[in-house]
Amino acid sequence: MSRSGIVAAPIDVAAITDEVRDPHTGAVATFLGTVRDSSDSRTVTGLEYSAYTGMAEREMQAIVREAIAIAPGVRIVAVHRVGNLAVGEVCVMIAAAHAHRGPAFDACRYAIEEIKKRVPIWKREHYSDGSSEWVNACAPDAHAPHPEDAHA
Amino acid sequence: MNVTVRVFASYADALGADRATVTVPDPATVGAVRTAIAALSPKLPPRPIIAVNEEYATDDVPISPGDEVAVIPPVAGG
Repeated sequence: MSRSGIVAAPIDVAAITDEVRDPHTGAVATFLGTVRDSSDSRTVTGLEYSAYTGMAEREMQAIVREAIAIAPGVRIVAVHRVGNLAVGEVCVMIAAAHAHRGPAFDACRYAIEEIKKRVPIWKREHYSDGSSEWVNACAPDAHAPHPEDAHA
Repeated sequence: MNVTVRVFASYADALGADRATVTVPDPATVGAVRTAIAALSPKLPPRPIIAVNEEYATDDVPISPGDEVAVIPPVAGG
Protein backbone atom coordinates (compact mmCIF):
# COMPACT_ATOMS: atom_id res chain seq x y z
CA MET A 1 0.00 0.00 0.00
CA SER A 2 1.48 3.30 -1.07
CA ARG A 3 1.04 6.48 0.94
CA SER A 4 2.53 9.85 1.74
CA GLY A 5 2.35 12.40 4.49
CA ILE A 6 3.59 15.43 6.35
CA VAL A 7 4.62 14.40 9.85
CA ALA A 8 5.74 16.12 13.05
CA ALA A 9 7.19 13.05 14.78
CA PRO A 10 10.63 11.62 14.00
CA ILE A 11 10.67 9.41 10.88
CA ASP A 12 11.05 5.71 11.70
CA VAL A 13 13.31 4.59 8.85
CA ALA A 14 13.20 0.87 9.68
CA ALA A 15 9.42 0.81 10.01
CA ILE A 16 8.85 2.57 6.69
CA THR A 17 11.36 0.32 4.93
CA ASP A 18 9.49 -2.72 6.22
CA GLU A 19 6.15 -1.17 5.31
CA VAL A 20 6.80 -1.29 1.55
CA ARG A 21 8.21 -4.83 1.51
CA ASP A 22 6.17 -7.90 0.67
CA PRO A 23 6.99 -11.39 -0.64
CA HIS A 24 7.11 -10.10 -4.25
CA THR A 25 9.77 -7.51 -3.43
CA GLY A 26 13.21 -8.00 -4.89
CA ALA A 27 14.46 -4.45 -4.35
CA VAL A 28 13.84 -1.59 -1.96
CA ALA A 29 15.30 1.80 -2.89
CA THR A 30 15.31 4.31 -0.06
CA PHE A 31 16.29 7.96 0.05
CA LEU A 32 16.88 9.87 3.27
CA GLY A 33 17.29 13.61 3.40
CA THR A 34 19.21 14.56 6.54
CA VAL A 35 20.05 17.83 8.24
CA ARG A 36 23.58 18.94 7.30
CA ASP A 37 25.80 20.93 9.66
CA SER A 38 26.79 23.57 7.14
CA SER A 39 25.33 25.77 4.40
CA ASP A 40 27.49 27.98 2.16
CA SER A 41 30.33 27.71 4.71
CA ARG A 42 28.10 28.81 7.62
CA THR A 43 27.69 26.47 10.58
CA VAL A 44 24.11 25.20 10.83
CA THR A 45 22.86 24.22 14.28
CA GLY A 46 19.36 23.14 13.23
CA LEU A 47 16.54 23.51 10.74
CA GLU A 48 12.93 24.52 11.05
CA TYR A 49 10.53 23.16 8.43
CA SER A 50 7.04 24.51 7.96
CA ALA A 51 4.41 23.53 5.42
CA TYR A 52 1.12 24.54 3.90
CA THR A 53 -0.03 21.20 5.24
CA GLY A 54 -3.19 20.54 3.24
CA MET A 55 -1.63 21.46 -0.09
CA ALA A 56 1.65 19.74 0.76
CA GLU A 57 -0.22 16.51 1.44
CA ARG A 58 -2.12 16.81 -1.84
CA GLU A 59 1.09 17.40 -3.80
CA MET A 60 2.80 14.47 -2.07
CA GLN A 61 -0.14 12.23 -2.96
CA ALA A 62 0.01 13.38 -6.58
CA ILE A 63 3.75 12.68 -6.70
CA VAL A 64 3.22 9.16 -5.34
CA ARG A 65 0.58 8.52 -8.02
CA GLU A 66 2.94 9.81 -10.72
CA ALA A 67 5.78 7.64 -9.42
CA ILE A 68 3.54 4.58 -9.63
CA ALA A 69 2.59 5.58 -13.19
CA ILE A 70 6.24 5.71 -14.30
CA ALA A 71 7.15 2.55 -12.36
CA PRO A 72 4.07 0.29 -12.46
CA GLY A 73 3.96 -2.20 -9.64
CA VAL A 74 6.06 -0.09 -7.27
CA ARG A 75 4.94 0.35 -3.67
CA ILE A 76 6.08 3.68 -2.33
CA VAL A 77 5.95 5.63 0.91
CA ALA A 78 7.01 9.30 0.97
CA VAL A 79 7.03 11.32 4.19
CA HIS A 80 8.36 14.77 5.02
CA ARG A 81 8.85 16.05 8.52
CA VAL A 82 8.00 19.53 9.81
CA GLY A 83 9.05 21.35 12.97
CA ASN A 84 12.48 21.84 14.50
CA LEU A 85 15.13 19.31 13.48
CA ALA A 86 18.65 18.87 14.82
CA VAL A 87 21.74 18.19 12.72
CA GLY A 88 21.70 14.57 11.54
CA GLU A 89 17.95 14.05 11.81
CA VAL A 90 15.95 12.70 8.86
CA CYS A 91 13.77 15.39 7.25
CA VAL A 92 12.42 13.39 4.30
CA MET A 93 12.22 9.70 3.43
CA ILE A 94 11.21 7.86 0.28
CA ALA A 95 10.99 4.07 0.24
CA ALA A 96 10.13 2.37 -3.06
CA ALA A 97 9.78 -1.40 -3.38
CA HIS A 98 9.49 -3.42 -6.57
CA ALA A 99 10.25 -6.88 -7.86
CA HIS A 100 13.29 -5.36 -9.64
CA ARG A 101 15.74 -2.59 -8.79
CA GLY A 102 15.25 -0.43 -11.90
CA PRO A 103 11.68 0.64 -11.20
CA ALA A 104 12.45 0.96 -7.46
CA PHE A 105 15.29 3.41 -8.16
CA ASP A 106 13.24 5.26 -10.79
CA ALA A 107 10.27 5.80 -8.48
CA CYS A 108 12.46 6.84 -5.55
CA ARG A 109 14.42 9.36 -7.62
CA TYR A 110 11.31 10.77 -9.24
CA ALA A 111 9.59 11.28 -5.90
CA ILE A 112 12.42 13.15 -4.17
CA GLU A 113 13.10 15.39 -7.18
CA GLU A 114 9.42 16.34 -7.47
CA ILE A 115 9.08 16.91 -3.72
CA LYS A 116 11.94 19.39 -3.87
CA LYS A 117 10.41 21.18 -6.87
CA ARG A 118 6.80 21.63 -5.91
CA VAL A 119 5.67 20.59 -2.42
CA PRO A 120 4.94 23.75 -0.39
CA ILE A 121 7.42 23.22 2.42
CA TRP A 122 9.84 25.87 3.67
CA LYS A 123 13.09 25.65 5.56
CA ARG A 124 14.67 28.11 7.96
CA GLU A 125 18.30 27.51 8.80
CA HIS A 126 19.57 28.40 12.26
CA TYR A 127 23.28 29.29 12.46
CA SER A 128 25.90 29.07 15.18
CA ASP A 129 25.97 32.88 15.53
CA GLY A 130 22.30 32.86 16.59
CA SER A 131 20.93 34.20 13.30
CA SER A 132 18.51 32.40 10.98
CA GLU A 133 17.36 32.65 7.37
CA TRP A 134 14.68 31.16 5.12
CA VAL A 135 16.28 29.11 2.38
CA ASN A 136 14.92 29.91 -1.07
CA ALA A 137 15.52 26.69 -2.93
CA CYS A 138 13.09 26.27 -5.76
CA ALA A 139 10.31 28.28 -7.37
CA PRO A 140 7.44 25.84 -7.99
CA ASP A 141 7.28 25.54 -11.76
CA ALA A 142 5.39 22.34 -12.45
CA HIS A 143 2.07 24.08 -12.74
CA ALA A 144 2.80 27.76 -12.60
CA PRO A 145 2.92 29.83 -15.76
CA HIS A 146 5.85 32.12 -14.94
CA PRO A 147 8.17 30.44 -12.44
CA GLU A 148 10.89 33.04 -13.02
CA ASP A 149 8.53 35.65 -11.61
CA ALA A 150 8.68 34.05 -8.19
CA HIS A 151 12.24 35.23 -7.64
CA ALA A 152 12.47 38.53 -5.87
CA MET B 1 -14.08 42.01 -4.05
CA ASN B 2 -11.98 41.44 -0.93
CA VAL B 3 -9.80 38.34 -1.06
CA THR B 4 -8.07 37.02 2.06
CA VAL B 5 -4.87 35.19 1.26
CA ARG B 6 -2.85 32.80 3.41
CA VAL B 7 0.81 33.74 3.62
CA PHE B 8 3.73 31.50 4.59
CA ALA B 9 7.38 31.47 5.61
CA SER B 10 9.53 34.34 4.29
CA TYR B 11 6.51 36.13 2.86
CA ALA B 12 4.75 35.98 6.22
CA ASP B 13 7.84 37.52 7.80
CA ALA B 14 7.84 40.25 5.14
CA LEU B 15 4.19 41.09 5.79
CA GLY B 16 4.30 40.52 9.54
CA ALA B 17 1.21 38.31 9.33
CA ASP B 18 0.12 34.91 8.06
CA ARG B 19 -2.94 36.33 6.29
CA ALA B 20 -3.49 39.38 4.14
CA THR B 21 -6.57 40.87 2.54
CA VAL B 22 -6.47 42.58 -0.84
CA THR B 23 -9.18 44.28 -2.87
CA VAL B 24 -9.42 43.38 -6.56
CA PRO B 25 -12.00 44.16 -9.28
CA ASP B 26 -14.89 41.78 -9.85
CA PRO B 27 -14.71 39.16 -11.22
CA ALA B 28 -11.59 38.33 -9.22
CA THR B 29 -8.79 36.42 -10.89
CA VAL B 30 -5.47 34.99 -9.77
CA GLY B 31 -3.66 37.51 -11.95
CA ALA B 32 -5.24 40.45 -10.16
CA VAL B 33 -4.55 38.95 -6.74
CA ARG B 34 -0.88 38.35 -7.63
CA THR B 35 -0.42 42.00 -8.52
CA ALA B 36 -2.27 43.21 -5.43
CA ILE B 37 -0.28 40.93 -3.08
CA ALA B 38 3.02 42.07 -4.60
CA ALA B 39 2.09 45.68 -3.90
CA LEU B 40 1.82 44.99 -0.15
CA SER B 41 5.58 44.86 0.39
CA PRO B 42 8.75 45.64 -1.57
CA LYS B 43 10.15 42.42 -0.09
CA LEU B 44 7.73 40.34 -2.20
CA PRO B 45 8.47 39.48 -5.84
CA PRO B 46 6.42 41.24 -8.53
CA ARG B 47 4.56 38.07 -9.50
CA PRO B 48 4.35 35.69 -6.53
CA ILE B 49 3.04 32.17 -7.09
CA ILE B 50 -0.61 31.68 -6.06
CA ALA B 51 -2.54 28.55 -5.10
CA VAL B 52 -6.32 28.31 -5.13
CA ASN B 53 -7.97 25.55 -3.12
CA GLU B 54 -4.57 23.91 -2.60
CA GLU B 55 -3.56 23.81 -6.28
CA TYR B 56 -1.08 26.00 -8.17
CA ALA B 57 -3.13 28.42 -10.24
CA THR B 58 -2.49 30.38 -13.43
CA ASP B 59 -3.46 34.04 -13.91
CA ASP B 60 -6.75 33.28 -15.64
CA VAL B 61 -8.19 31.17 -12.81
CA PRO B 62 -11.26 32.86 -11.29
CA ILE B 63 -11.57 33.33 -7.53
CA SER B 64 -14.95 32.93 -5.89
CA PRO B 65 -16.05 33.74 -2.35
CA GLY B 66 -15.06 30.86 -0.09
CA ASP B 67 -12.06 29.77 -2.16
CA GLU B 68 -8.88 29.24 -0.19
CA VAL B 69 -6.20 31.43 -1.73
CA ALA B 70 -2.54 31.24 -0.72
CA VAL B 71 0.69 32.87 -1.83
CA ILE B 72 3.52 30.35 -2.13
CA PRO B 73 7.16 31.39 -1.56
CA PRO B 74 9.91 29.41 -3.32
CA VAL B 75 9.73 25.94 -1.81
CA ALA B 76 12.59 24.29 0.08
CA GLY B 77 11.55 20.77 1.01
CA GLY B 78 13.96 17.88 1.10
